[in-house]
Amino acid sequence: MKTKVLAIDDSRTIRNLLAACLEEAGFEYHSAVDGREGVDLYPDLAPDVVITDINMPNLDGFGVIEELRGDGINSKVPILVLTTESSADLKARARSAGATGWITKPFDDDSLIFALKRVTGAVA
Amino acid sequence: MTGSIMDTFFEECEELLEAMDAGLAAIEEGDQDAETVNAVFRAVHSIKGGAGAFGLDDLVAFAHNFETVFDDVRSNKLQLDEKLVQLLFRASDHLSDLVTCARDGGEVDQAHHDVLISALGEYIDDDEEELVFEPMGVGAAFDPAPLPSLAEAKEATFDIRFHPLKEMFDTGNEPYFLFQALSDLGELTVRLDDSELPGYDAMEDGESYLSWELTLVTSENRSAIEAVFEFVEGLCELSISSEGEEEADADALAALNAAFGLPPVEEESAVALPLEQPVPDAVETPAPVDAVAEVEVTPVPEVESEKVAIKAAGSKKESTKSSGPKPTLRVELDRVDRLINAVGELIINHSMLAQQIANLDVSDTRDVETELEGFKNLARDIQEGVMAIRAQPVKPLFQRMARIVREASAATGKTAKLITIGETTEVDKTVIERLADPLTHILRNAVDHGIESPEARAAAGKEKGGEITLTAAHRSGSVCIEVKDDGAGLNRKKIRQIAIDKGLIPENAELNDSEIDNLLFLPGFSTAKEISNLSGRGVGMDVVKNAVTALGGRVNISSNPGQGSVFSIILPLTLAVMDGMVVSVAGHTMVVPITAIVETMRGNDDMINNLGADGTLLSIRGSFVPICDVAGSLGLRSNTGDEPAGVYLLVETENGDRCALAVDDIHDQRQVVIKSLDGVCGNVPGVSAATILGDGKIAMILDPESIVTASSSAAVFDTDRRMSNAIAS
Repeated sequence: MKTKVLAIDDSRTIRNLLAACLEEAGFEYHSAVDGREGVDLYPDLAPDVVITDINMPNLDGFGVIEELRGDGINSKVPILVLTTESSADLKARARSAGATGWITKPFDDDSLIFALKRVTGAVA
Repeated sequence: MTGSIMDTFFEECEELLEAMDAGLAAIEEGDQDAETVNAVFRAVHSIKGGAGAFGLDDLVAFAHNFETVFDDVRSNKLQLDEKLVQLLFRASDHLSDLVTCARDGGEVDQAHHDVLISALGEYIDDDEEELVFEPMGVGAAFDPAPLPSLAEAKEATFDIRFHPLKEMFDTGNEPYFLFQALSDLGELTVRLDDSELPGYDAMEDGESYLSWELTLVTSENRSAIEAVFEFVEGLCELSISSEGEEEADADALAALNAAFGLPPVEEESAVALPLEQPVPDAVETPAPVDAVAEVEVTPVPEVESEKVAIKAAGSKKESTKSSGPKPTLRVELDRVDRLINAVGELIINHSMLAQQIANLDVSDTRDVETELEGFKNLARDIQEGVMAIRAQPVKPLFQRMARIVREASAATGKTAKLITIGETTEVDKTVIERLADPLTHILRNAVDHGIESPEARAAAGKEKGGEITLTAAHRSGSVCIEVKDDGAGLNRKKIRQIAIDKGLIPENAELNDSEIDNLLFLPGFSTAKEISNLSGRGVGMDVVKNAVTALGGRVNISSNPGQGSVFSIILPLTLAVMDGMVVSVAGHTMVVPITAIVETMRGNDDMINNLGADGTLLSIRGSFVPICDVAGSLGLRSNTGDEPAGVYLLVETENGDRCALAVDDIHDQRQVVIKSLDGVCGNVPGVSAATILGDGKIAMILDPESIVTASSSAAVFDTDRRMSNAIAS
């Protein structure tokens, strides 16, 4: 069974980069173009791990984490925050909302896979 | 792969830059609500994010400065005033240039770059800049697989003690996966310490009682191990100690701590890392219990209630799914063009089929013709559908023009504002691409020559700021783009004199206003006494005309002294197929675009009026129109003069004058596929392209405009004068 990844990012470039990297590494890749679509997709898709951007229209990354971890969906899957922001307080904010970890853009393939491995155990 | 993703990035940049410009324009208009500001911020942010992925450092650095300023606007630390908005506009223009340079190569104006950087810098607190900007990568501390040091990798044994705090489990982190990641680094031994585990009765839900003692034999250094625990830092008690560890590892730890803004840790063999106190409160979203309860008793379908519950559980925003953008599919342009070609062939094929059937010796072809008609309609539907794929709104083009006007205003010291109308009008993609240059030229001219200086405007009783209106509209099968300024209008006396001075018209030429205005389009005409570095870049309006003509369109100008000028560009909706009238000229089959033809009529002797030695006029319902013999002007046959031609096609030239094209006969009116002659033969005056007819033969598509002018533009003027004389006498 492939590990199912849901990537939420409003940048097509980033989505393509993620898709290229993840599919090559053997993950099953799904994507959403903003936070709202990501949260809406989540229940039926039931991904093994979520990667989300922070700055997005409709619903930002913090909103995504809050909704996924909230009572409605009550998700327990790992959520990785993908962000150019490397400042400590943004990480702290993401974590307190329930994020599992973060990947700082620009990411390279190895650090992305390494991060996924640490939260899902998936061996690519 | 990376190449195509990079293409995507640049495509996306175009969209983001458009969104940014649109946002800034809205902000300038006074719309400064959070969503507008956010949209601009996101656009810059996304460009930066993508640029980072491809190592486009210049772009990243500039976008970062831009973004930092905008972030302060977003968080209300900075107020948007006129000066800042103008700076943001310039920064946006520059960002666009940087993107172009990154894509096509080339250098940006470094001085301009530095000026903008420092101007933006004035809005940025020093510490702010330091804090956020982390140029490339995540830093060596997090490198997943640090290379073994050159001095042959020595194995060391690390003893790791790990106790997760209960908060760690709220973040979705699992000890097992961490151990798995550790086991990749070397030989791992895991021992569970369950000594803290209380009796079953004393156990509390969600509390963390377990600890692990791990031994890792690895050639990796300490930072590799710490990287594994990066996400749970602060959410666990962790200690790592080693025996064979190199001293250098302590430096790595210092770097790690520095990255987190922590004080350097004293060098010791075991370092405990409960770095921050966890922040448990915010995790429990205070769901309004009563709201959820209410949902549960309301008899609504389950899915619905779940949605409501999600909303109650914390999100403030309404679902925007229904109002979201329509789903789209991105397709390579080549594929669409192949389809367009195929449709073109289909239309030709239809013509051929129709001709074959007509040639058949069958008495009753009515049924076949009905089906053929259906075929034709379907082909037309497909064609329109495919054209719609290539059609794009002119909005992005218009937005770029706003920049042109801004720059032109700044360069000339005038105030001009661009108003756009009909931005949603859709035009063929190629047309949009090729319109950019002529439009740019017209707009620069409008600011440079059209709009008066603020003082002159005030003197004329006008508002100090000029207005340029850019309009796009569909008009009876064509697209009409209009540039209207409220400036001084054309100085006809001056234009006429310049044309005479440059030998473009004879001194005694009698021209009406419209003809004078259109002198601007003659090659070699330039009204600027000294070439201004703005609009007069060594090219005249004839370049505009050529570009528009190349698109099968025409350009026209009209002007009112003191009130301004209007440039109209009329373009065909598509570049691939057109409705044409199939005519014969001296034994050749040719096609005349329907759009150019006002009226057709059979010729007879009564209609022909001789004028002088070689001029002929066609009399139509009491008015006279010069006759232009197509065969003669194409050099196919000498002009016989007073013999009436078979058919006259009344066409309207771009300046509104009429002319009668004399041809031998009309065969048909049909859709023809335009096949460019570029690269096949040179520019033939009077011929714009070719097509393939139903019998498989090639026919030239005529350009009535150039036939009329080529036949003898001076003679037409001349004829005009004599005509008016004749009428007067």
